[in-house]
Amino acid sequence: MVEVANAIRFLLNGEEITLTDVAPDLTLLDWLRLDRRLRGSKEGCAEGDCGACTVLVGRVMSDEIIYDAVTACIRFVGSLHGTHVVTIEHLRGENGNLHPVQQAMVDHHGSQCGFCTPGFVMSLYGLWMRDPQPSRRAIEKALQGNLCRCTGYAPIIRAGQAISTYGQPQGDPLWAERIAVRETLLRLNDGKRVEIGEGERKIFIPASLDDFAALYEQYPEARIVAGSTDVGLWVTKFMRRIGPVIFIGHLQELRRIAENASEVRFYAGVSYSEALPIIENSFPELAPLWNRFAGEQIRNMGTLGGNIANGSPIGDTPPPFIALGAKLSLRRGEHRREIKLEDYFLAYGKQDRQPGEFVESVTVPLLPQGELFATYKISKRREEDISALCGAFRLFVNDAGTVGMARIAFGGMAATPKRAKAVEAALVGKPWTMDTVEAALPAFAEDYQPITDMRASADYRLLAAQNLLKRFFLESQGEQVQVKREVA
Amino acid sequence: MNKRVDPINLAVLHTRTRHDSGPKHVTGTAEYIDDMAEPAGTMHAYLGLSTRAHAEILAMDFSAVRGAPGVIGVLTADDIPGENDVSPSHKHDEPIFAEGRVQFWGQPIFAVVAETRDAARRAAQLAKIEYRDLDWLPDVRAAQQAGGKLVTEPLKLERGDVAAGLASAPRRAKGAITIGGQDHFYLEGQIAYAVPGEDEDVTVYASTQHPSEVQLMVAQVLGIRHNAVTITLRRMGGGFGGKETQGNLFAAVAAIAAKKWNRACKIRPDRDDDMQATGKRHDFVVDYDVGYDETGKILAVDAVYGARGGFSSDLTGPVTDRALFHCDNAYWYPAVRARSEPLYTNTVSNTAFRGFGGPQGIMACERWIEDIAYALGKDPLDIRKANFYGVHENNVTPYHQTVGDNIVHRIVDELEASSDYQARRDAIIAFNRTSRVLKKGISLTPVKFGISFTATWYNQAGALVHVYKDGSIHLNHGGTEMGQGLNIKVAQVVADAFGVNLDTVKIMPTSTGKVPNTSATAASSGSDLNGMAAWDACEQIKSRLIAHAAQLYQSDEADCHWVQGGLQVGREFVAFAELVASAYLNRIQLSAAGFYKTPKIHWDRATGKGHPFYYFAYGASVSEVTIDTLTGEYTVDRVDILHDVGKSLNPAIDQGQIEGGFVQGMGWLTTEELVWDAKGQLRTHAPSTYKIPLASDVPPVFNVQIAEWSVNPEPTIGRSKAVGEPPFMLAISVVEALGMAVASVAEYRVAPQLDTPVTPERVLMGVERMKEARG
Repeated sequence: MVEVANAIRFLLNGEEITLTDVAPDLTLLDWLRLDRRLRGSKEGCAEGDCGACTVLVGRVMSDEIIYDAVTACIRFVGSLHGTHVVTIEHLRGENGNLHPVQQAMVDHHGSQCGFCTPGFVMSLYGLWMRDPQPSRRAIEKALQGNLCRCTGYAPIIRAGQAISTYGQPQGDPLWAERIAVRETLLRLNDGKRVEIGEGERKIFIPASLDDFAALYEQYPEARIVAGSTDVGLWVTKFMRRIGPVIFIGHLQELRRIAENASEVRFYAGVSYSEALPIIENSFPELAPLWNRFAGEQIRNMGTLGGNIANGSPIGDTPPPFIALGAKLSLRRGEHRREIKLEDYFLAYGKQDRQPGEFVESVTVPLLPQGELFATYKISKRREEDISALCGAFRLFVNDAGTVGMARIAFGGMAATPKRAKAVEAALVGKPWTMDTVEAALPAFAEDYQPITDMRASADYRLLAAQNLLKRFFLESQGEQVQVKREVA
Repeated sequence: MNKRVDPINLAVLHTRTRHDSGPKHVTGTAEYIDDMAEPAGTMHAYLGLSTRAHAEILAMDFSAVRGAPGVIGVLTADDIPGENDVSPSHKHDEPIFAEGRVQFWGQPIFAVVAETRDAARRAAQLAKIEYRDLDWLPDVRAAQQAGGKLVTEPLKLERGDVAAGLASAPRRAKGAITIGGQDHFYLEGQIAYAVPGEDEDVTVYASTQHPSEVQLMVAQVLGIRHNAVTITLRRMGGGFGGKETQGNLFAAVAAIAAKKWNRACKIRPDRDDDMQATGKRHDFVVDYDVGYDETGKILAVDAVYGARGGFSSDLTGPVTDRALFHCDNAYWYPAVRARSEPLYTNTVSNTAFRGFGGPQGIMACERWIEDIAYALGKDPLDIRKANFYGVHENNVTPYHQTVGDNIVHRIVDELEASSDYQARRDAIIAFNRTSRVLKKGISLTPVKFGISFTATWYNQAGALVHVYKDGSIHLNHGGTEMGQGLNIKVAQVVADAFGVNLDTVKIMPTSTGKVPNTSATAASSGSDLNGMAAWDACEQIKSRLIAHAAQLYQSDEADCHWVQGGLQVGREFVAFAELVASAYLNRIQLSAAGFYKTPKIHWDRATGKGHPFYYFAYGASVSEVTIDTLTGEYTVDRVDILHDVGKSLNPAIDQGQIEGGFVQGMGWLTTEELVWDAKGQLRTHAPSTYKIPLASDVPPVFNVQIAEWSVNPEPTIGRSKAVGEPPFMLAISVVEALGMAVASVAEYRVAPQLDTPVTPERVLMGVERMKEARG
């Protein structure tokens, strides 16, 4: 029997918090603003897109604490067990002066109306602690999840580049106190399962991956919440009651990444941010995609398992993973089964997942030597936007110059992420030439009948998808055909 | 009043002074309305919105709403003690709660008042409304085809013989441009918070650019007089025009509830409801017929400006007027006829937004400049230069005002040189010749923007300055702070007027109880008007202090001079605090109400003639882009700006307005797309679907220069010029640069004619059109 505790415990700024009565859908932002009356964090959108509510959440990772910028508006209080929540109110400089991040923002005129500013300060703070002298590109990336409507960002970027002239992370209180904070967090999370509330208000925080599997088998009606980047909106936008909830974001076993010579296994709780170094190393063709989807806060929260498990037709990981031949490991209690990722998506909103069963990991084969592979994301705004379409192309051209194998998959073109089997068939066995590409284009209309919505028209989706095959061909010939934003 | 302003010292004015709230912004201690401590018993209201574009309301059942946990009550039109109307044009066409029928998807029908916001919001979902659908008009073209019902009187500007000009023109540019709307996306959404007082009194904390109008509306809906209503705000979290009239409804609902239950009441919609229920920038369809000659000189312009007004008049009249006032941008038309069509549609009532119709007018104008250039095979910049207003001739606008301060030639020449425009354009044309997929474009576009409210009576302002016995100063003015730095600019004026340090001047929240009958903080006029009014108040106090000092030291008033820190009286120096203390003991009044009204302006809308603008602000920008002709994706690679703010009151603040205005304008013209579905529901109603620019959309090279040589020829405060709106339109060069890149596909022989916003989809479809034209 697992031991059960009945309180969620975490550190808020400098104060230990113990909560024994928490609604599973209580957001961190509402709790901060309404219960704690800490009103520096603002609500701009309540869907994790504007960043005005950005706070840092620290968690123990082996010997250290990792502080992630997250959007408090869609982070649930129930997911905070054993963490250190740092809000704008905790940011302090020496002798009561402004913190270096704050002083840089003031001196560079980085605020106008000021409403988004606490969120920008927190995002820049998170960046400066891990990268004190960031490049402009690093600043832009750290700020992808922060919207400002007044300044045009230019002064904020200038402030970001200047922070280290005001102080170094080693002088920061959070850095100085990290050892003591780590000990506190380890004490607050003593490894027991936490259970709070009853019925719809029930919260489970499993003690381990096995405990989670057992719990979910026992309570298949429960809602699994990992990063809450999707479920958070069910609450803030649709006012759905989500309880009972099993929070799993804290499970280290689900955040593992296992590599061998032929494949990489990502456990379902790995965040996009955690996956990035492996992606850059093992799937470099996916790095540009990784750096463009969502904002930093969402990449810190959202998980690979969530992106797949929710079955969205516009999730960005399924197309490339399908093209690479990924396999999904599903688990119910102690029973595991493995399926091809492409077989998981049955229809819109319908996946091959049984009650009590969850996505435990996704295993992605490395690209075999000599194969061509690329993934292209098309969106109205270049960064932090949901794809209008996202296409992944994988091809093997044999020594004779003919296409030996083709795997193409798209998101945004059908009700599920889907392979372009007619296009593949039109390519295989043909010489890899522009003529072959041109001849294969009509097959797109066999594979896909996309819809018109606020992101793009059906005509555009189809034409752009066809043209992406041309891009793939041209790039395979060494031609530079993508626009590239060049910053220092 | 209106005396010449030459500040007595320049310690603070014209310097790069930081925003007064900067330290509070960065620490999260700057207080917005939702951050204020609420009194015990504060209620929360939430709106129930229409789910039909146009329908009769057959029945409303609120039983489930009233029975929901925490609900205190429901407000409908029947609960409004006064008039069910918040129409800022006083046409009484904008109900708070729909009565009998709904006219757009998202129209408020009722409000739930509950103990918590969450309870109110959940309960609002439980109402059962029965509708009978009616025919509805989604947009400009549909409204025109249905006969063109207008929400307000149209305007016509006419000068010269247009028919003859067109008939005799060797060449014609005829077409239409569709210009998309824009959501304000202020980061702080609409919010109001009402606290009831004794008798009929109510105080409303409202996030508004126009406190006096909110005061009027609250009085009107409660059926009480203005003197019972006080509107107060410290700051807004962004406005951009979206809080000029759109806050009225929220303040009214909070006030009704507060008086009905005698408890404080707050109302704050979720972002999705905010975006669906409040107005936006008008989208336009401009039909044009332009005659020109072989050199590209325009001979006559005939254009009709159809605007999606929405279901009510709101500010659609003045917005479409301002579009017409900018149908010329910086160009002289020998003959011109411009007509507005402020059209009724079953969509949210469109409203003020930075530029106020001016951007749409200028966008359309630059379209036909571009048409002419491509038809003649010339650089569009040459066409622009050929048509600029002259300095001494060819300088009468379509509204018959003479352009007397034209500096567009110098601005454009300097920018053309500093941005290395010609060499870069040559290099781009060479690049496009060899690059198969990627194409580049470059464009230089100018801006001339008229400054003053075209509603002449709006061009007035008040201020109230108190000097306390210890020498500290209280500054109240009628303007509102939405981030633009108005407060710091006016504080700089006051500090310089008295020769004191900036920290001596405390900037107070805006309140209708301090300064009455104010105009909206809008039309870029904030510092022009309020800076002058504050200056006037200071001058009154100063003249009393001088009279006192002259008497005290038995000196002549003529021998008294303000210097930094105090008053020089002959050979004696009196520190400011000392002088004030002595004046108090001698019963000198240390408080003054200042006033200002803009001189010279007049406007007769019926004849379309007058002098509506006190002066013009100028600017120009060069944008360079790269497009991908396979997908339509693009990057804005470099932008150079030279902009005129007169003699800047605060170059740091002004630079922020230029940079921020440009990026916001670029958003309007590129990624910010408003999409309604077939049922009339706005589908882009949150940042997940409505895409404003990001930090990574800022051009990698972004050179912003203020034209430091410029001085306002009119005696404005410190000889500065308004800066809020004009830079917004600098972003039009991005559209034209994208157009050039698209046009390169057909060797620049066909005008690209991109509608806005120029999304990647529009670029790709433009490329496809070029491929067809190329054959």
